Amino acid sequence: MQTLAVDLQRVTKKFGSLTAVDDLTLAIEPGEIVAFLGPNGAGKTTTIDMLLGLSRPNSGTISIYGGKPEDAIANGRVSAVMQTAGLLKDLTIKETVRLTATLFPHARPVGEVLERAGIDEIGDRLVGKCSGGQQQRLRFALALLSEPELMLLDEPTAGMDVEGRRDFWSAIREDAMRGRTVMFATHYLEEADAYADRIVLIRSGQIVADGTTAEIKAMASGRQVRATLPGADTRALADLPGVDDIELRGDTVLIRGKDSDGVARYLLNHTAARDLEITAHNLEDAFIALTSGDTNGVEALEGSTR
Amino acid sequence: MTAASTTVARTTPAMGGFNLTFLGLEVRRMLRNKRTLIFTIVMPIIFFVVFGLPQKDALIDGTNVTIRAYYMVSMAVYGAMTACASGGSMVAVERALGWSRQLRLTPLRPVAYVAIKILTAMVLGLIPVVTVFVVGGVTSVHLEMHQWILCGLAAWLGALVFAALGLFMGYLLPSENAMQVLGPVLAVLSIFGGIFYPLAGAPQILQDIAKFIPVYGVGELARAPLGGTFHWTSVLNIVIWTVVFSVGAALAFRRDTKRV
Repeated sequence: MQTLAVDLQRVTKKFGSLTAVDDLTLAIEPGEIVAFLGPNGAGKTTTIDMLLGLSRPNSGTISIYGGKPEDAIANGRVSAVMQTAGLLKDLTIKETVRLTATLFPHARPVGEVLERAGIDEIGDRLVGKCSGGQQQRLRFALALLSEPELMLLDEPTAGMDVEGRRDFWSAIREDAMRGRTVMFATHYLEEADAYADRIVLIRSGQIVADGTTAEIKAMASGRQVRATLPGADTRALADLPGVDDIELRGDTVLIRGKDSDGVARYLLNHTAARDLEITAHNLEDAFIALTSGDTNGVEALEGSTR
Repeated sequence: MTAASTTVARTTPAMGGFNLTFLGLEVRRMLRNKRTLIFTIVMPIIFFVVFGLPQKDALIDGTNVTIRAYYMVSMAVYGAMTACASGGSMVAVERALGWSRQLRLTPLRPVAYVAIKILTAMVLGLIPVVTVFVVGGVTSVHLEMHQWILCGLAAWLGALVFAALGLFMGYLLPSENAMQVLGPVLAVLSIFGGIFYPLAGAPQILQDIAKFIPVYGVGELARAPLGGTFHWTSVLNIVIWTVVFSVGAALAFRRDTKRV
């Protein structure tokens, strides 16, 4: 069996009375590009900090390619582009890369990483005179130096304009073709959709959905039929074509499936169902429903109507 | 091509990441800071020219040390001390900027980082010693070769105490302003510690207080080769303050490496 790139087992991190990451279990295979999607304060940065060995969980285990995060940092196996990591304003771009390169025994050549990050033409510029997007690409260049197997990006395009964001992602995407495992935190749905193979939705330190982008979309794009039907025969309903899931809440029945028309026709023609309602979701709804409010995520998804 | 096929040797750097290229870039960075250059290099020369030069061949009371030589060595101490303190306090700036967090993403060991900071401070501290001595030697001060060397070494190495103070304050003060606090503090200590004027002419009470002030011992030690009134209590002063600042820096450093 191949060693997992990231293996989080029942990880909990508390800050005082606040539980930032709550019993989180997550496995990432080598080569996956995973979006860690969630609103601000969902626990994304806290999780990434722990993956980098910058903080320790209160309980649970974390391993990066089968080893400790500190060791993965020390041997350059993991690198990161951090929102909160600062740069020295009084060094030039090239000097910053040269300085960091001295810390890795087998660093890639300075010119190469500058080119891969798309900043080779501004190498002599002082960091203090660079735009936010250029500084972010410098962080990316620094993260490339050790030719890491896993790269973590924490809100890499926060505060960038549209053009800067597009340039940054095209540099990342070009580089990810090399087969690197990439995990990025974002609260931009479109970024997760456009650049990830897999989306992990997180809210209040817990994973509320995890799947390929297609699966997450399917999960959200199915329709739901809701009706008032005392004493519903769930077995008969489950036998209807295209029904995925049935749930009873008192007198209310919730039926999810691909053929909402067929379900509605059956309910109205063959049962005493009333107050019938059909709802649909798009990815945006799913995201909002899954990541906000204080009800359980799946219920929130069910309850979200237009 | 895949990352897996790009075989990369996975080893950690020697000496925790300490290396001379890093040191060289750090020194270059410090030299780009105009404020640092003014306070560590320009000011000591100005003080020497303003307070020392006009004294001609006047001697300090009760000694055969010229006031010019006194000011030259004292200003070398002052420059080296300020340079070392600001070098050490750079840790505060770098933490405020988040650079220490960026460095935590590399194999650099915290101890290697501190070693680089101290050596950068020492390289920076050597500059005012050399420049003040050159100005002094060219204009008016005549010393034996062994006096030049011993005074210079004492002024330079003694400033290591203040690199420890800079680190201590750098880890203690939470912002970029460590040197704004430290600069005036060093100036006041220098006034009362016998760096800005010879204590021989001061009231007894001030002379007694001076013996307890951090800069006093280093100043006395650096001027000892000139002759005069050196006393071994100065060494005690240096030892005690070195211990205080180093222990403080070590404790603050240990606390600091636990958070980011």
